[in-house]
Amino acid sequence: MDPNTLSRIETLINSSPIIVFMKGDKLMPQCGFSNNVVQILNALGISFQTFDVLSDMEIREGIKEYSNWPTIPQVYLKGEFIGGSDILIQMYNSGELKEKLDIALAS
Amino acid sequence: MVQSEEVIAAIQRSIPDAKVTVDDLSGAGDHLQVKVVSSAFAGLTLIRQHQLVYSSLQSELASEAIHALALNTSTPD
Repeated sequence: MDPNTLSRIETLINSSPIIVFMKGDKLMPQCGFSNNVVQILNALGISFQTFDVLSDMEIREGIKEYSNWPTIPQVYLKGEFIGGSDILIQMYNSGELKEKLDIALAS
Repeated sequence: MVQSEEVIAAIQRSIPDAKVTVDDLSGAGDHLQVKVVSSAFAGLTLIRQHQLVYSSLQSELASEAIHALALNTSTPD
């Protein structure tokens, strides 16, 4: 991945406590998996930023290399990759997600 | 398009004791729900568990033979 894409990704990841690299945006998710993540974070009443990877192919491919995760969406909490749609669903259902967010956002 | 048996075989090549169930969500073989149970996941975060499965399906995902993959991983009870 070229250094410019890498630094753009790092800037984005650190631009907000929670940022979701997704297809589309909060109001218009363009993919069911991206929509899952938006609905879960909305249900928890958590504020978050999004980045539409459909608007930027370098970020779309670069983020997969950055996290060693082959799919979109990707959720970052305080700069740390915490999962995609499946993991958010599993963590939400077990209550682990709320606990993890509360702890991270409280500090 | 990929056959369920190919997915199961690919996962078991890198996770030999994996119990794998594959549900074809779309009927076209490219939107799959895959459940993997293995003791190899013990002590691993969900992310690491899913990365193990993803890496065993690298070619199927890269070729978009699998377009969408809903994963569920766990250790045997």
